[in-house]
Amino acid sequence: MKEEIIIAGFGGQGVLSMGKILAYSGVMQGQEVSWMPSYGPEMRGGTANVTVILSDERISSPIVQDYDTAIVLNQQSMDKFEPRVKPGGVLIYDPNGIVRLPERKDIRIYEISATEEAARSGNIRVFNTMILGGYLKVCPVVSFENACLGLKKSLPERMASLIPANTAALQRGMEIIRKIS
Amino acid sequence: MAAREVARTPENKVYSKPRLLTDAVMHFCPGCSHGTIHKLIAEVIDEMGMEHEAIGISPVGCGVLAYDYIDIDWVEAAHGRAAAVGTAIKRLNPSKLVFTYQGDGDLAAIGTGETIHACNRGENITIIYINNAIYGMTGGQMAPTTLLGQRTATTPQGRDAAQHGYPFKVGDMLAQLDGVCYVTRQSVHTPASVRRAKKALRKAFENSMQQKGLSFVEFVSTCSSGWKMTPVEANRWLADQMLPVYPLGDIKG
Amino acid sequence: MEEIRLMKGNEVIAEAAVRCGCDGYFGYPITPQSEILETLSAMRPWETTGMVVVQAESEVAAINMAYGGASCGKRVMVSSSSPGISLMCEGLSYLAGAELPCLVVNVSRGGPGLGTIQPSQADYFQAVKGGGHGDYHLIVLAPSSVQEMYDFVAWGFDLAFRYRNPVMILSDGVIGQMMEKVVLTAPQARWSDEQIAEMWGSWAVTGKPASRSRNIITSVELDPLRQERFNHKLTEKYRTICEREARCEMVGCEDADYVIVAYGSSARISQKVVELAAEEGVKVGLLRPITLYPFPEREIERLSHRVKGFLSVEMSMGQMIEDVKLASRCRVSVHHFGRTGGVIHTPTEVYEALKSNFLQK
Repeated sequence: MKEEIIIAGFGGQGVLSMGKILAYSGVMQGQEVSWMPSYGPEMRGGTANVTVILSDERISSPIVQDYDTAIVLNQQSMDKFEPRVKPGGVLIYDPNGIVRLPERKDIRIYEISATEEAARSGNIRVFNTMILGGYLKVCPVVSFENACLGLKKSLPERMASLIPANTAALQRGMEIIRKIS
Repeated sequence: MAAREVARTPENKVYSKPRLLTDAVMHFCPGCSHGTIHKLIAEVIDEMGMEHEAIGISPVGCGVLAYDYIDIDWVEAAHGRAAAVGTAIKRLNPSKLVFTYQGDGDLAAIGTGETIHACNRGENITIIYINNAIYGMTGGQMAPTTLLGQRTATTPQGRDAAQHGYPFKVGDMLAQLDGVCYVTRQSVHTPASVRRAKKALRKAFENSMQQKGLSFVEFVSTCSSGWKMTPVEANRWLADQMLPVYPLGDIKG
Repeated sequence: MEEIRLMKGNEVIAEAAVRCGCDGYFGYPITPQSEILETLSAMRPWETTGMVVVQAESEVAAINMAYGGASCGKRVMVSSSSPGISLMCEGLSYLAGAELPCLVVNVSRGGPGLGTIQPSQADYFQAVKGGGHGDYHLIVLAPSSVQEMYDFVAWGFDLAFRYRNPVMILSDGVIGQMMEKVVLTAPQARWSDEQIAEMWGSWAVTGKPASRSRNIITSVELDPLRQERFNHKLTEKYRTICEREARCEMVGCEDADYVIVAYGSSARISQKVVELAAEEGVKVGLLRPITLYPFPEREIERLSHRVKGFLSVEMSMGQMIEDVKLASRCRVSVHHFGRTGGVIHTPTEVYEALKSNFLQK
């Protein structure tokens, strides 16, 4: 198994931490993992992205051109990464802020209204964990149990109180993701 | 009349070379203050019983070979960086007596940044600062401390404020910093000033061992070669010209 | 006591320093290596191991603090990124001239000048050929994974003290910023004053005990003949280092027609190229220098009798290629490929470059 994922959105949306939870979940599953962020001024208000690779074998390049899965959280990221999903791969987007829907016919496309759902639940900050839950429903690269462990490992101790809400968000994300094409 | 023989007995001894000064022949020019200041450092370390605890940091400039003359452990630093070197030595060896020995080119020009920040952090070290208003070792060029009107190799017409700025009063500036516990300006051009300077040096070293912060001891000094004077003329010029600009005494603490 | 964690390359440098008994770290913020100072500040090792952490006023001050600490026989480390390393070069020359052990980490970025903050490997010349003035060499280690970032800290200190020479870990923004799984080893204690006196008492400045004459750390010599004698002594040391310490990893080189030479993050990317080439039946191997100084000349020389060509892949306009040409005695063609200025080449780009240089001519 090898899964190359890009997660992209605005800085501050929790893109990097979503990637970290996923990568740590891979560690808990006993996989080799890499997490490579974009960094620098573009993180502040601009676009942020992170490449996560999970694999049963030693990972060669942490930098890749095309992805098995792209999770895009704004229009710029949709424009940039839709063309870079491998044929047969997966594209997941949150419709909030998306003005042009994906057009490719050779990939599987999923929509998850996590921003809206998280806002409705009264805790907008768990929206990224919700999206991660949706992704794991579509691509079960790690078990739910290991994802929960990854979540726990990723959060600093002082934020331990946030674990129940995030675990619930993981589960909710699995329920609300829906296939578009 | 034959010279009267004086027996070499302890009761007849009026002076001896400090125990911690080595037998190496000093390279300093006649009339230079460095030798006297070296002697004071050797005496004070010995009198404090700190021979085995002292670590000196020598500069680039005429003081570079201080390690040849005072019999303690030494580190020779890059030009101007002694205060940074001393910072780490003291932080890693808090029980040691750590001091730097720096001239005015080393400390007040190229090493200004390291000096100010070591002072501002309140490192528990002593900075010994030799201010002779000139670059001695490189052949008598203008230093930041050169007096207005003073002729040097790079101010042949005399230092002009419009072109070269003003004599840099480092001690007065450093006294403003909270990390500095003691700033004093001393000289060694008369026997009385030597005695006062020795007391100041001891106070500074004691401050360092008591973790009181940074102590800064400036020596207004002669450079007879750089000033192109005889030793006697240099001492007189120091008193007449240097001291009005750099008055002696404690500035802080 | 081994522990597995997911960590950034920069974070493990800090973790490794504390765990291997480092005595002092002196740093200054600069992207993309600031997490080293930040991690140490969060770890507060001064409360546990007694390790000293100082945020210096400049890289110039930081390297001179390291010079002071190293003078005392302490294990000291500094880190920076390219422009900051340029400022440290004076200090590196002094450290080499005074024969002081010290670990320097460069998480390099695009240049020249202020350049970019994105990853680059354009500091190869600076690291390997000098940077500072005078006849000297750093020992230069090139990690290509987060685990190696961790492992090379202890290795670097070991080499630094064995040869009394500054050691540089030449990393880049990819390795510094990326997170991977890392196995953390059990913490080692810092050396006691007694151990330092025992091991390094012949040179370390510790306050002169009654049992020995004074130690002097210096790089100044007024007599040119004595300076020349010292230069010969240093060179003899570098020769020993070259004989004993060169390391490289070879992947698929045994039957390769073409060999990519790449270090650090470029080696990771190039490993993927080896896989891509294998899918098309092209025999490509990878030689990854783990030490850049000493350079793994013997292995390249040996391969140069057999392979059809070398491709030096570096995120620069071509620096290591000169050493590949020298080592291969120019027996076969040697080409360079690399994106630079903070742009990271993709495996596909590297493979295309390999094909256009060697297969389409």
